[in-house]
Amino acid sequence: MDFFDRFAIPHASPAIYASMVAIGLTVIAIIAGLTYFKKWGYLWREWLTTVDHKRIGIMYLISALLMLFRGGVDAIMMRAQLAVPDNKLLDAQHYNEIFTTHGIVMIIFMAMPFIMALMNFVVPLQIGARDVAFPRLNALSFWLFFMGAMLFNISFVIGGSPDAGWTSYFPLAGTEFSESVGSNYYMIAIQIAGLGTLMTGINFITTILKMRAPGMKLMKMPMFTWASLVTNAIIVFAFPVLTVLLAMGTMDRLFGTHFFTTTNGGMDMLWANFFWVWGHPEVYILILPAFGIYSEVISTFARRNLYGYKSMVGSMVIISLLSFLVWTHHFFTMGQGALTNSIFSITTMAIAVPTGVKLFNWLFTLWKGKIEITTPMLYSLLFIPTFTIGGVTGVMLGMSAADYQYHNTMFLVAHFHMVIIPGVVFAMLAGLTFYWPKMFGYMLNEKIGKLSAWIIATSTLLAFVPMFFSGLDGQARRMYTYSESTGFGPWNMVSFIGAAGLAVGFALIVYNIYYSTRYASRDIASDPWDARSLEWATHTPVPEYNFAILPQVKSSEAFWDAKKHGHELFQGEYEKIHMPNNSGVPFILSCIFFVWGFSFVFSLWIPLILTTIGIFVCMAYRSFEKDHGHYITVAEIEETENNLRGA
Amino acid sequence: MKIDNSLPLEYSTEENSNKILGFWIFLGAEIMLFATLFSAYFILVDRTGSGPTGAEIFEITPVLIETILLLTSSFTIGLGIHAMRLGNKKAMLTFFTITLILGLGFLGFEIFEFVHYVHIGAGLQTSAFTAILLTTLGTHGAHVTFGLFWGLFIILQVKKRGLTPETANKSFIFSLYWHFLDVVWIFIFSFVYLKGMM
Repeated sequence: MDFFDRFAIPHASPAIYASMVAIGLTVIAIIAGLTYFKKWGYLWREWLTTVDHKRIGIMYLISALLMLFRGGVDAIMMRAQLAVPDNKLLDAQHYNEIFTTHGIVMIIFMAMPFIMALMNFVVPLQIGARDVAFPRLNALSFWLFFMGAMLFNISFVIGGSPDAGWTSYFPLAGTEFSESVGSNYYMIAIQIAGLGTLMTGINFITTILKMRAPGMKLMKMPMFTWASLVTNAIIVFAFPVLTVLLAMGTMDRLFGTHFFTTTNGGMDMLWANFFWVWGHPEVYILILPAFGIYSEVISTFARRNLYGYKSMVGSMVIISLLSFLVWTHHFFTMGQGALTNSIFSITTMAIAVPTGVKLFNWLFTLWKGKIEITTPMLYSLLFIPTFTIGGVTGVMLGMSAADYQYHNTMFLVAHFHMVIIPGVVFAMLAGLTFYWPKMFGYMLNEKIGKLSAWIIATSTLLAFVPMFFSGLDGQARRMYTYSESTGFGPWNMVSFIGAAGLAVGFALIVYNIYYSTRYASRDIASDPWDARSLEWATHTPVPEYNFAILPQVKSSEAFWDAKKHGHELFQGEYEKIHMPNNSGVPFILSCIFFVWGFSFVFSLWIPLILTTIGIFVCMAYRSFEKDHGHYITVAEIEETENNLRGA
Repeated sequence: MKIDNSLPLEYSTEENSNKILGFWIFLGAEIMLFATLFSAYFILVDRTGSGPTGAEIFEITPVLIETILLLTSSFTIGLGIHAMRLGNKKAMLTFFTITLILGLGFLGFEIFEFVHYVHIGAGLQTSAFTAILLTTLGTHGAHVTFGLFWGLFIILQVKKRGLTPETANKSFIFSLYWHFLDVVWIFIFSFVYLKGMM
């Protein structure tokens, strides 16, 4: 039975056994449900093999919401553990695993797919294209991300979760101090998901550069498309660093190399440096698309053109460049000397300038606008002040001399949550509400939506502002408990109440989805928000080919100007449309990748070799395959268009 | 599929030109990948622990042979693409085959070199220096190996299907990849071997 011992959980607890049972039952329920309702064929034809950017976007969205739940449960458990001094709810090991997985799940498996969801769904529509440049690669990106996420998530029931923090610093993450397979999961699951992300980057840059509607010059692109272009450029240049880093980490853990060990010349700080060379641009990969969403939402509901279009674009480009020049600020206290620290302090504080430009541009867009407060707009308006708190404390942390006081305290934790939650999460919720009618053909309930926005915003402040104070008082991050005499108790109790409030807010969003699915009117126009860019110019639901005739664009607010000045976006006759074929290869290849990753984690060399061969066989198959896509005939287009117009 | 006859075959459809741009962006990512490996190499090059230094293990002869083989293969694939533009399928296939044979020769010498390093006590686990040396070389070598299979598949396809916009596009992209590996090798040759032997 020695062989099976490796799959056991090193620190099992009733909660983990309960999750095992829950996971098992869910899987059985899904399989039984699909079989009972005879949906296997439907699932395969319409979803698993799809190359349609809209469906891939929706699959990203579902994954992101699932992972939000997983990461949220982690967060609640942490805050519950810290709510009172000397709490015994979780032991130290369990707490380590939870803060590690919370970080990775929220950043890589929740925020990233949420952004990918909106990018996939919106960008091709916004530029008036019929799909992305490489539709099949897009499907492969999604499935690789998905399998990476699944591999990471089974870690807590098979073999044990990573426990060295989401940054996974060596030597702590080395085999000497982290014996369980947890950190192997970290290295390999993120590697698989990261490959998918890199492919998305290449795909979307090509799409945006080459497939814009006639007349849409670069400086006439909607702001979300601009944000996506800059973001994907950062992805292409940052993710290979992560690829190399994780490969080196894997080799240290599994092949006994000495990259990051403390013997035979290894250098543990190399990990920290490379990690943040990827990690800091990653922060902007998350925030720039969010800024894009805010730009869309704010100009739509202020009923004004976005103020300072050129400076918006310029500031994003500057942010993307600076994002590669600040990584050392994550470890000012680790002794690189005053000169290095000063240089990185200056570059760090410099980022506040273009970010400030963007904030003022939004404020000037609101100025004299006819502001209509809808749910997406409410999120955007709540974002501006709360994000500013996070941003300003970031500048405080960026001053290297002062950072010695804040480093690795709850002050830091408060800072980055106050940046990421208002910055990214509010934007994603705004984007979700904004694009929901385009995705699913009905609106989410505004009353429940606004209530949840208020609950989430106040709970965010309640949960994280106390950490600024307890952090300045000296509460270290990642400590699983503290004594009563420290006086941290009341602050942490308030934080816990805030965390519970966030849970209520998110539950309300789920309820809203349920409620609106049941009761909302399906009789909505294709442009329910009276919006500005091309994604609203096509029908709802969006036909497979997006646009029957490619739009002629004259300005950065193409659809708005067409509505106001009455010029026709769609000129010409229907022509047959070339569309890509569905393919099962991305899904099958990613499944093989999953088994490959699992074998790698547990050092099962024979399955590893077999799956490696399987991966190359899939690629060879793709090389020899003849696939020229298919055409949608004019008759079919006419029929679809007439049906949609009638509806 | 609209074919624009004013452009070379490999660029002649929209899909083709998208693929070429996409591949250039991919090469951008590859540059970052190798740049990361190189910076790790420069950081770890003197951290030899109890293992040997570069000067102690590098030998110029096999490295020079590898360099000549790979540089020549970059030239022959250029000739292959030139033949493709002239529509000379037979010459193109010949040059592609020569390219792959040269690539195979390069790989043979590199494997020999690796065996030699391990034999004289400079294995993957010896020190930080040997680990990053073998990883950097190995990453390049793995790319060449991948390229050999890829190139072979393309030769088979051109042979069977002739020069179509699709096969021409694949061949052209493969040539970009092959030239890129050559560029990386020039950096390895200069900054790993020559600098290491100085």
